[in-house]
Amino acid sequence: MDGMIPPTDARPGTPVSIAEGRVANLSRRGLLGAGAGALLLGTLASARPARAQGEGLAAAAPRPGTQVAAFLEIRGDGTVRLLSPFVEGGQGIATAMAQIVGEELDVEPANFIVDCAPPGADYLVVNGKRLTGGSLSVRSSYDTMRQLGATARNMLVRAAAARLDVPEGELATEPGRVVHKASGRALAYGELAEAAMKLRPSEVAALRDPATFRWIGKPVPRLDARDKSTGRAKYGIDLTVEGMLQASVVHAPRLGQEPDVLANEAEVRAMPGVHSVHRLPGAVAVLADSWWRARKASEALDVTWKEGRHDRALPADFSSAGMLAALRAEKGAGSPAEESGDLAAAFAGAARTIEAEYDAPYLAHAQLEPPSTIARFNGDGTLELWMPNQAPEMFQAVIARISGLDAAKVKIHSPILGGFFGRHFLYDAAAPYPQAIALAKATGRPVKVIWKREEEFLRDGLRPMGFVRFKGAVGADGMPVALQAAAVGEGPIGRYFTPNEAVDSSMVEGIAGKPYAIGAKRVDCVKVAQPPVIAFWRSVGHSMNDFFYESFLDELAAAGGKDPYEMRLAMLKDSPRHATLLRAVAELSGGWKRGPFEAEGVRRARGVAMASPFGSEVATIAEVSITDGEIQVHDLWIAIDPGRAVNPAMIEAQVRSAAAIGLSSSLLEEVVYENGEPQARNFDAYTILPHARMPRVHVRVVESGAALGGVGEPGVPGVPPAVANAVAALTGQRIRSLPMAKTRLGSA
Amino acid sequence: MLELTINGQARQVDAEGDTPLLWVLRDTLGMTGTKYGCGIAQCGACTVLVDGNATRSCVTPAESVVGAQVTTIEAMETDPVGTKVVEAWLAGQVAQCGYCQSGQVMAATALLKATPKPTDEDIAAAMTNLCRCGTYNAIAAAVRQAATA
Repeated sequence: MDGMIPPTDARPGTPVSIAEGRVANLSRRGLLGAGAGALLLGTLASARPARAQGEGLAAAAPRPGTQVAAFLEIRGDGTVRLLSPFVEGGQGIATAMAQIVGEELDVEPANFIVDCAPPGADYLVVNGKRLTGGSLSVRSSYDTMRQLGATARNMLVRAAAARLDVPEGELATEPGRVVHKASGRALAYGELAEAAMKLRPSEVAALRDPATFRWIGKPVPRLDARDKSTGRAKYGIDLTVEGMLQASVVHAPRLGQEPDVLANEAEVRAMPGVHSVHRLPGAVAVLADSWWRARKASEALDVTWKEGRHDRALPADFSSAGMLAALRAEKGAGSPAEESGDLAAAFAGAARTIEAEYDAPYLAHAQLEPPSTIARFNGDGTLELWMPNQAPEMFQAVIARISGLDAAKVKIHSPILGGFFGRHFLYDAAAPYPQAIALAKATGRPVKVIWKREEEFLRDGLRPMGFVRFKGAVGADGMPVALQAAAVGEGPIGRYFTPNEAVDSSMVEGIAGKPYAIGAKRVDCVKVAQPPVIAFWRSVGHSMNDFFYESFLDELAAAGGKDPYEMRLAMLKDSPRHATLLRAVAELSGGWKRGPFEAEGVRRARGVAMASPFGSEVATIAEVSITDGEIQVHDLWIAIDPGRAVNPAMIEAQVRSAAAIGLSSSLLEEVVYENGEPQARNFDAYTILPHARMPRVHVRVVESGAALGGVGEPGVPGVPPAVANAVAALTGQRIRSLPMAKTRLGSA
Repeated sequence: MLELTINGQARQVDAEGDTPLLWVLRDTLGMTGTKYGCGIAQCGACTVLVDGNATRSCVTPAESVVGAQVTTIEAMETDPVGTKVVEAWLAGQVAQCGYCQSGQVMAATALLKATPKPTDEDIAAAMTNLCRCGTYNAIAAAVRQAATA
């Protein structure tokens, strides 16, 4: 528990307050901490009043999340269109919003149509800001969206009272209608909507008693399941606007280079369907009447590249191997992120001291939908964009700046995302919208840019490389007495949000603030800039830091002759929430057994790990065997405590999904740079977890009643260390570098 | 001009013969249910049926399917096997981001048309499309369910 999320009894609509003084789960501190979020490249849109509310005091902007008409369109056919502050990208947030609003509004979630809202002050419900990320959506907006539904219901009841000429107190609602039991009369919401929306919202509309919830807390089916199973769902890449040209781009091989000579431009211009050829910053583009023709022509272009200027220009000799060597060579002390106890005394008095270095590579997001953007300049002076994004106002502010328009004239549509995992925040040169805008401006026509997969791997923002140096000690009783860690490198929070703070929270989350009782601890943040464009990636720093820490904890267990599960339990004896969860995952797996043991004719072993990501708690057990030097993961058991469950089926689905990407990163994934260029440009060379390597995943959702935690990301970080610890139990080999496929493993 | 048979209908398309079937479907015919993921037959998001066989349309020249029956995700709800697959996908709540699922449904439909009662090995051999959301277990379970429906 890190206090990052407000208690659930917080007054609806009040901004999420961020407790200071703890360092765990710092992604959110960076994203939401006072002042920090406003620093994102200086681009975060300031809140503007959505509309005038009158004069004097009443002219103040309404609190985000309170203006019913900005969110809800109650239609005559009984359906309700909800403009959601959040973008749906697989995590199920559209369904969750329908559950939460529907519960209070008294409308079946299945009757909702949920679209992502345009930029606007009404939608800044994440601590006065707006983003879809940080596993924040439900927990940051739960109270606000509940109150919104209740306020809307109250307006409908008041409208019905006027229509039926009865006191409000005699009216009740049933799903989709207001009923007057005394007279047997009923009015459908659709009949009342017009009158209701003219009423002033009451901010004290009563909330439903949670004991009577019908949809919150239940495994409500996804609203988008049918459209996504029949090809009807429309992603950004599927959209068209009338009269648009299609563009394919070829980027410079290395960020910072610019197009020099286009040797065969005239020939390319004469290719079928080609409209024009354009030079863009760091790229060339061909416009055509179809995307394939544009692509074919763009690949036929004979381009030479020259050195240019770019704030993030990659050195021509940049390599990931060189970067790792630089991190390893950095021995500076850094700044403390966590400090307790007398470290020197603890080491001096210890029975045994060990040291180890761990590292993890750059990663690509590898979402299946390649990036695209449609840009259109309208006759009314507005610029309209259809683009994948996780933060409409942030993009709106940047686009206003680069296009010289007032932000109010930049209209952004946020289609559903074909996967995101952190891909669609603002990163340098990592999205096609500036190209679409430039091309639409140059041609006077709407333009759709699609990046082919190879361009995506060339310009994706990367999960940073991680490197941590550990020193730890056990006492005479074999229990850990001292732990020192130095995280070396750079994280996305530090780069984009808190460049002037000594500690980059995204470098140390998952290392600092762990719940284990250890007498003396010190975690340092040692900043070393990384030249590539770095990014948020599902579970951010936790995606590797919990691997580092929980693996080293098993090394300490081995040093002290302890069983890693029993040792953790002993270290958590004063932390009942964690101890309960650890026991829960052991029980889910049929009782803790480390092995090695025989199962289905092969030797197997199990490993355990814990993580405290994004306000939730997670305990993970993995069972592995080794075949021909390759790790086979047979089962993952994951217990998650998100405080309470809004949709237990969605939580399970997210944990399974997180387990898959966590395992993918454990075993297979690595972005390798040589000479300033990524070596893999498609899925043939950048391997992600295939169906054949998917283990069984068993999930238990434990509701401790603690404050709501995140759901989308927390399943990731326990997987790599649980697998590594199982491999160590099986083979005696300690994997300290990811991905594991690099390590030659002996047979069990 | 190429004449293709898509979902039982003859369609005249103005495209070079080497244009991948995927882009004829998406751009020329506006049938966007079939997805572009990689363009090199690695991910399977573009899977369609060509004479009943699961085929990665991103590397299939349009001219190579002249005279063949091309079936896309848009026809699945009117196909008896496709209907079972879609219903199993709903019952199992398979989709997350959903971007790969058109291709997954097509691969499953091709499998069940050829092998109505697949073994786990058959499913593993046929269901090789990538899913970044990791819905693989739900996919396999839905294929098994569709086979019993």
